[in-house]
Amino acid sequence: MNDYVIEMLNITKEFPGIRANDNVTLRLKRGEIHALLGENGAGKSTLMSVLFGLYQPENGTIKKDGEVVRIKDPNDANALHIGMVHQHFKLVEVFTVLENIILGVEPNKMGFLQRKEARRKVVELSERYGLKVDPDARIEDISVGMQQRVEILKMLYRENDILIFDEPTAVLTPQEIDELMDIMRSFAAEGKSILFITHKLNEIMAVADRCTVLRKGKCVGTVDVKDTSKQELSRMMVGRDVEFVVAKDPAKPGETVLDVENLTVPSKLHKNNAVKNVSFRVRAGEIVCLAGIEGNGQTEFVYALTGLEKPVSGTIKLKNECIVRLAPRGARRRRGEKTNAAAKERAVKQINAPIRARSKLGMSHIPEDRQKYGLVLDYTLEENLVLERYYEPDFQNKGFIRKPEVRAYAEKLIEQYDIRSGQGPVTTARSMSGGNQQKAIVAREIDKEPELLVAVQPTRGLDVGAIEYIHKQLVAERDRGRAILLVSLELDEVMNVSDRILVMYEGEIVGEFDPKKTTVQELGLYMAGAQRTQAGSSSERKANSDV
Amino acid sequence: MSEKKKRSFRLPNMTSFFASMISIGIGLVFGLILLIILNPEASGEAFVSLISAGFRSSDKFAKVLYQAAPLIMTGLSVAFAFKTGLFNIGATGQYTVGGAFALIAAIQLQQPWYVCLILALIGGAFWGLFPGLFKAYFNVNEVITSIMFNWIAMFAVNLTINNLPMMLAKYWGGAQMDRTANLAQANPSALIPRLGLDELMNSNYMNISIFIAILFAIVAWIILSKTTFGYELKACGFNRNASIYAGINAKRNIVLSMVISGAFAGVGGGLYFLAGTGQYTLLKQLLTAGFNGIPVALLASSHPIGTIFSALFVSYIQVGGDAMQPDFVKEIIDIIISVIIYLAAFALLMRELLTRRSMLAHDAEGDTPLPPADPEEKSEVSES
Repeated sequence: MNDYVIEMLNITKEFPGIRANDNVTLRLKRGEIHALLGENGAGKSTLMSVLFGLYQPENGTIKKDGEVVRIKDPNDANALHIGMVHQHFKLVEVFTVLENIILGVEPNKMGFLQRKEARRKVVELSERYGLKVDPDARIEDISVGMQQRVEILKMLYRENDILIFDEPTAVLTPQEIDELMDIMRSFAAEGKSILFITHKLNEIMAVADRCTVLRKGKCVGTVDVKDTSKQELSRMMVGRDVEFVVAKDPAKPGETVLDVENLTVPSKLHKNNAVKNVSFRVRAGEIVCLAGIEGNGQTEFVYALTGLEKPVSGTIKLKNECIVRLAPRGARRRRGEKTNAAAKERAVKQINAPIRARSKLGMSHIPEDRQKYGLVLDYTLEENLVLERYYEPDFQNKGFIRKPEVRAYAEKLIEQYDIRSGQGPVTTARSMSGGNQQKAIVAREIDKEPELLVAVQPTRGLDVGAIEYIHKQLVAERDRGRAILLVSLELDEVMNVSDRILVMYEGEIVGEFDPKKTTVQELGLYMAGAQRTQAGSSSERKANSDV
Repeated sequence: MSEKKKRSFRLPNMTSFFASMISIGIGLVFGLILLIILNPEASGEAFVSLISAGFRSSDKFAKVLYQAAPLIMTGLSVAFAFKTGLFNIGATGQYTVGGAFALIAAIQLQQPWYVCLILALIGGAFWGLFPGLFKAYFNVNEVITSIMFNWIAMFAVNLTINNLPMMLAKYWGGAQMDRTANLAQANPSALIPRLGLDELMNSNYMNISIFIAILFAIVAWIILSKTTFGYELKACGFNRNASIYAGINAKRNIVLSMVISGAFAGVGGGLYFLAGTGQYTLLKQLLTAGFNGIPVALLASSHPIGTIFSALFVSYIQVGGDAMQPDFVKEIIDIIISVIIYLAAFALLMRELLTRRSMLAHDAEGDTPLPPADPEEKSEVSES
């Protein structure tokens, strides 16, 4: 019996209209890494919130070291040495790392903060576990990876020995993920027990000892990771076989849909340009992937392409229609120019089409940040589904929204794209799961029947079932003759889905690849800036794509 | 299908309603405690008149309606801006300018009441335009600009009226130097029609302004909930980035929202001064009606129809407060009323408390679970 540090027995937790956890049993052994696997909305977070005292279950018991305990709130959980790193970090942005770690358990003498003692303990912990942090940096100034290390240090500082990680890798770069895995292993080796919520099978195979799978709130089973395979796990999780590689025929590219020439975009972070002189084309019926490590100008490029930000100079044509035409600053504002040519150049109208115009021309955009740009979270699902079409005659009449039509349209999309939510079209977007929020955006953008679909990290944070689904949608759109520009950080996705790969490094395109003829290793070298195609590649690339 | 209908029942509205009711309750309890502390012997009777005076006679009720009309308008003004994510603390200035436009039209230009009211609307809209422009194009916080514009409005109106001799009561044979003419003398056609309601309810205060205000509330509600324009405005208010992403012209909407918000407050000023029972007094202080719009809007959780009822409540309490004289002096009554109103305006806080549990749920969840029945239905459909 004492094998288990934590036992959650027959837990049932209901929300209005929903049984989030239905008779779920989970047993955590001492010193093991136990993965909790399930689709978006399978009830993983709910179960962990029950353990952490955020929810009270309707039914079931929790035992710690064989004794029944009641966890009424996170303070109780803390007293039982249960700690949790939430998916969205709970840190005070304007406090320093040190202040955040000791927050709530500040060492003090007669009310005076013992900063030195706290710092000593934090530095010691950070060195012991290789969790590099700068104790005096403010949270708002440090990277997401370091913020996560702060969260982990918070748990260690409180001497927790049952550590819950809620989708810890969703926000990390591949290198940071490797580091985190090592850290988790070292915790386990020390006898700490880890509960690891995820829907990434690779990570489970790499690090976990056992895995409990939830589906639709029910416990499907617990397996030893060494006796199982990715296929079996995904079958348990989704309830059917999942294809990891999208089946697709070779692309049959048609006319050029998107033509970008010498695009330069300023950076908000530094004085240099984030995107430098980028040129390429995307044709109908192909998926072009813009790959690269985060922060190499992809975000800024997409902002300029979609009209969220104004580029410095360059031309963008969509279906031969100029949506951006900006001369370099020098050419624009030269004083006292005499020659005809210069005057002519200046006379060319500067264009930077508004977003609505681009959208009407057939540009769709699945944004990187779905909550900031993609959705109005306080609007209902149906209102969000017409976010870019409410002004069309189908949905309005003399300025009045045609509610029945909107409802019917929303119901159609919900069914067609299998968007799941508590109350259907009238569910507030905020209350939907991340995966279904993303599905709603994908549905909206694809159903616009765009000429060009710009998809930025469309599968971030999604489970394998949803990823498979979205990849299939992208390929289906390609086969229907749409041009697709996919921006992705995930190399698997890049290799899997795209027909051409452009690697972006420090704002420039440093190489173009055929996914069939390249390897992840080669791409990695280019992405890291260790290698680049020789100069003049830009024009060559255009020549190639014109074939 | 019927099951789906049931599901579409929207909880947030009910929560708002309960939150407002609880807040009103707390406000009244606090009022009672204050009464007991200040004058224990008279407190019981005073409290009874506080909460029942408005219904005691038809003329008292008429006064409730009369005071509520401008309050509905300033409440609407604040609520409308709230819905767009703006805090219009300048309702006072817009109310003042609207009132001044109406009075100048009525006295100086001798126009009938509806022309005056339209000018009041234009005046308020004009005064809302500036904070809107500053916010949209220079990103100057609308709170700062509109507070400044409150003072500019007051002094500009005082200056103008002082320099138009015809406007003052003295010109029409009145005694006072410091206020505008009595409309009954200066231009009876500018008075808001009473349609016999005054005789029916036996009160000088009664006119059709309450109906005009309710009409505007309905218009505001229709704009916000039924039109594409309202859809855009709310989208900007909820998430500016997403509305820009969707191609909505956020700058234009900020300006328009402030203009409309100002127009509502302007009409409020028109309704008040065209009733003929109050005259504009040249004082160096801001009119409170605009500020009272803020608790009205908060109490209504910014719902346009809700502002009708919250304005009626605030007005009712004011009339009830007046009935507590002479046991309590005017200042004490003002304190008690403001305590009640401001506690009542905690509706927002209350709503937060009531929804905190579900809010926590969303935070901690990340992924809200599904109703077990749904996916099965779905999969059947997709198979067929």
